[in-house]
Amino acid sequence: MIFEPIPPALALLLGGALIGILRGHARSAMVLLAPLLTLWLVWLVPDGVALDIQFLDYRIEPLEGSPVRRLFATAFALMAFVGGLFAYRQAKWHELAAAHIYAAGAIGVCFAGDLITLFIFWELMALFSTVVVWCGGSPGARAAGIRYAIMHLLGGVILKVGIEGVAVHTGSIDVQAMLAGNFDAAMILTGILINAAAPPVSAWLSDSYPESSPTGSVFLSAFTTKTAVLALILLFPGEPLLIGIGLFMVMYGIIYALLENNIRRILAFSIVNQVGFMVCAVGIGTEMAINGAAAHAFAHIIYKALLFMSAGVVVHRTGLNRCSDVGGLFRTMPLTAICGIVGALAISGFPLTSGFTTKTLISQAAANEAMVFVYFTLAAASAGVFLHAGIKFPWFVFFQRDSGLRPKDAPWNMAAAMLMFAFLCVLLGVAPELLYRFLPYPVDYDAYAPDKVLFYLQLLLFSGLAFFLLLPLMRRTRTISLDADWLWRVLLFEAARRAYGVLGWMGARAAKALMRISNRLRRLAARHMSTSSDGQRSGVFARTWPIGTTAIWIAILLTSYVFVYYL
Amino acid sequence: MSKKEQRDHWLDRPANIKRLWRVFAALLALTVLAQLAVSIKGYFGLDGWLGFGAAFGFLSCLAMVLFAKGLGYLLKRREDYYGGKKEPADDI
Repeated sequence: MIFEPIPPALALLLGGALIGILRGHARSAMVLLAPLLTLWLVWLVPDGVALDIQFLDYRIEPLEGSPVRRLFATAFALMAFVGGLFAYRQAKWHELAAAHIYAAGAIGVCFAGDLITLFIFWELMALFSTVVVWCGGSPGARAAGIRYAIMHLLGGVILKVGIEGVAVHTGSIDVQAMLAGNFDAAMILTGILINAAAPPVSAWLSDSYPESSPTGSVFLSAFTTKTAVLALILLFPGEPLLIGIGLFMVMYGIIYALLENNIRRILAFSIVNQVGFMVCAVGIGTEMAINGAAAHAFAHIIYKALLFMSAGVVVHRTGLNRCSDVGGLFRTMPLTAICGIVGALAISGFPLTSGFTTKTLISQAAANEAMVFVYFTLAAASAGVFLHAGIKFPWFVFFQRDSGLRPKDAPWNMAAAMLMFAFLCVLLGVAPELLYRFLPYPVDYDAYAPDKVLFYLQLLLFSGLAFFLLLPLMRRTRTISLDADWLWRVLLFEAARRAYGVLGWMGARAAKALMRISNRLRRLAARHMSTSSDGQRSGVFARTWPIGTTAIWIAILLTSYVFVYYL
Repeated sequence: MSKKEQRDHWLDRPANIKRLWRVFAALLALTVLAQLAVSIKGYFGLDGWLGFGAAFGFLSCLAMVLFAKGLGYLLKRREDYYGGKKEPADDI
């Protein structure tokens, strides 16, 4: 080969830097061209280690290709392109630049052949996604961004501890499958799971994403959690712990989304729910399950971005964030409504959408392993997804009641971006082979077996019936729901405040006692060392003593010293 | 004029909503009855029963909504719960 393969992440990194330097049309062109160039480079990456560098005692492999790595990188590059198209006329330049570097981090992780490279790009993502959150611009966004950064830097430290441990104990820093059997691997797993928004720290996601700008949340929805899924596929396939964690996330997402009123927070909770499906699949770990996790991640990036785009247009046009403030928008925003509905059907796994052809792979994998509980929980969750995202999102935003709002439909670039992803949602649903070809393992699966389609139609349509019958129970309230982050945002904060108070009180008491002692000493000194103001009485040490008395005392002292010395 | 047009959207008319409900009910019945023609094998026996998917979907949604409702009493707080006095946005 004549050319050394170029790491695709470099193209996006450079693009991100150039966005800051260029102006006007050149900047817009860079926003769109850098991801396309990246996409091209992604497909030039060969299988196996394509680049290695000797660094200190380590062999660094910044570029290692494999089908599953290329699949995720493709989704990320595609996301950067369509997200850029969606955002470039509305977003600030620093948000676009940060989003590109954030995407570069995600793609860098995709091709990381060793844990050091993985860690560096991991942190790059953490830093620049924080910038994207901050681009929300409000005080709320700033505070949420700080909480987000703390959580991710903490996750990074935990990951680093694990990587150091693995490097020292095994001598190898290769990215390879392991089990969380020892401390090092457990640390790595924990670090990755924090990015996957696993319990008990899921709250960072629903806390920060809705605070970002209408365009920023589109980027945020795609990269961090899905990179974590890829890292799990590469490092922990078949780790049984992940099945339980995944099922918990699936249910957590549904329940919290049902309670939520903020439009984009509903979608944020449903990210946790969807990532739960993937984490569970990685835990099952068979070839079909890994295929399912990868395919579902790919489809999910597209339909979740589509949903966030649809919500983003609503927020952009109305400035409103709550379900209880909007409603009836289908009249003047038909395109946004239709694209939102396509995304909602896809996330629900409705037949003929990408969600159906990918999610059922995971269910099938559970059924093949005779995991009864997992299978039925996932089936119930599929019904629940339709409930909380598939109907709830479009219903409350675009239908429900007439809020009297008549905002304009999406600007042309946002509309074009939504149409592209809506098209892909349907395309991958109608022609799943297009995606199946690129999965890590050969696929022998017929998504459209008639009985399977019928089963899911029953499941989903009757969930729809349940939604409309139970609407009175789902009245929107202007509330938030407490999450595990209450423990540190309130309990720990209060405990620290109390402890600070107690320490302050103890300090004051100690100071008072010291003052009393020093006063007493001063009085003592005054009594023995000073002369009264009229000069009549003097303390023992303030009196004048005759020389003779002093000489006798000194003689006694010296004698006793000599005596003691010879004793 | 355009306002009147908008108010007259076909989805605003109660008669049409009623019609949509009927179509929906017919679809629901159809998906269950179709099982007589296309037998669902199922993986674990009971998921092959007539209307299992329908009942399972409906009941699990009912359970989730009720559970969320119950949890809501415990977890729901006013929107400014974290805001206001506890987190002054501008100092520190």
